[in-house]
Amino acid sequence: MFIINCPYCGKRDQSEFSAGGEAHIERPKQPTELSDDQWAEFLFMRKNIKGVQFERWNHAHGCRKWFNMVRDTSNDKIHAVYKMSEKPPKE
Amino acid sequence: MKNKYSIFSLIKNAFSNHENWQQAWGNPEPKKKYDAVIIGGGGHGLATAYYLAKKHNMKNIAVVEKGWIGGGNTGRNTTIIRSNYLWDASAGLYDHALKIWENLSQELNYNIMFSQRGVMNLAHNLQDVRDLKRRTHANRLNGIDAVWLNTEEVKKFCPIINTSPNIRYPVLGGTLQRRAGTARHDAVAWGYARGANEMGVDIIQNCEVKGIKRNGDVVEGLETSKGFIKTNKVGVVAAGHSSVIANMAGLKLPLESKPLQALVSEPVKPIINTVVMSNAVHAYVSQSDKGELVIGAGTDAYVSYTQKGSHDVVEGTLKAILELYPIFSRMKMLRQWGGIVDICPDASPIISKTNIKGLYFNCGWGTGGFKATPGSGDLFAHTIANDEPHKLNAAFNINRFVSGDLVDEHGAAAVAH
Repeated sequence: MFIINCPYCGKRDQSEFSAGGEAHIERPKQPTELSDDQWAEFLFMRKNIKGVQFERWNHAHGCRKWFNMVRDTSNDKIHAVYKMSEKPPKE
Repeated sequence: MKNKYSIFSLIKNAFSNHENWQQAWGNPEPKKKYDAVIIGGGGHGLATAYYLAKKHNMKNIAVVEKGWIGGGNTGRNTTIIRSNYLWDASAGLYDHALKIWENLSQELNYNIMFSQRGVMNLAHNLQDVRDLKRRTHANRLNGIDAVWLNTEEVKKFCPIINTSPNIRYPVLGGTLQRRAGTARHDAVAWGYARGANEMGVDIIQNCEVKGIKRNGDVVEGLETSKGFIKTNKVGVVAAGHSSVIANMAGLKLPLESKPLQALVSEPVKPIINTVVMSNAVHAYVSQSDKGELVIGAGTDAYVSYTQKGSHDVVEGTLKAILELYPIFSRMKMLRQWGGIVDICPDASPIISKTNIKGLYFNCGWGTGGFKATPGSGDLFAHTIANDEPHKLNAAFNINRFVSGDLVDEHGAAAVAH
């Protein structure tokens, strides 16, 4: 449990947000050309990092906007919050 | 050779103030080389080592554990054992485990306090009723005992449940698996450790794996905090940290690790005679032999390795518990904790070979791995020893995420994941 600084609304309790999983997984540009292995990679395989992870969040009980977050999953400390349109910060 | 535990050994040791009990398992330094090494000294890992030695005659093996044995999810779960799963593959897997549970105390000569007090799953709306009835039919076709109880029968079986039609989620009935129940979780780890050690398995605690050495697509050994261990077979049973180990070998798994919470109350006299689970309101409760209510809460919805979990998750569970059992309204909670569970997209486990020769994974048990401990160990040992899965775990291979042949137990498995 932690406080998230929504880029649109400011600081709110984490229970207002829903987690959207690992960020920056690009949807395949040519879905019809993909092999089963590539589909599995896109749909299911996750880094599931213990440490600094880039992830998507949604302010579900607030502005309902999606944004990205950099969080250390080993201690839940948030390193950065940035909008979908912005480039990820370098760690 | 370990001395046999019995009423006579208890009396004999009473005369020496219980100061001369034989050591249950040793504390060796790792050898240079093993025929197989299991990463993770929880129930599943120790069971794997036990069956490798017992059924497959692999005795030059070791279990390496980062902390102490049984200190991870084995010591953090709510000890529920059942096999009332919907799909055939799951029914086969979990009932295989339940059948081993039924004789495990005798087999290990270690009292794991297996108690077949039954598990009751409640239905709170018409869709629950339909789903649960369908599941009892599926269970019975697979030879698993299951009965449907109406509201009066639920009340009769567990009288403290509030069956008033006026509560927010009224009890419309439930299913009961009488062979299901609970066991003492620590004893399971200790019993398997003692049994494995007796057959020559080295149990190496405080030994963290730092890296997996590969030569091309073949495993050559492990870098650990106690030095390099040479081995050609590595079985990973690291629960929430499976992805961390997989990353060391350059593999990606379809897992997300999340905190799952549980809590216990102050001890009281016997009040609840069974295990009651409710999928819709996500509350489940049983009573330990010490008298504590053992309550399971849900997972946090985000990846975290913190072993804590959020307060609002516990709050939601306790609200549901109080509505179903108003008698508990003045009970105090004593302890709360979290464990890191590795959840697969289809809420079924992976017991499988990988593309790397000699590297095997037993993971993805998510929120319900304890019940499968003996079966999981048995089938994983078979997979490691023969380099081929047993027919009962063939469906739980890692390639199902490529082929699409998932074992989708989300919601179907009698509890929300």
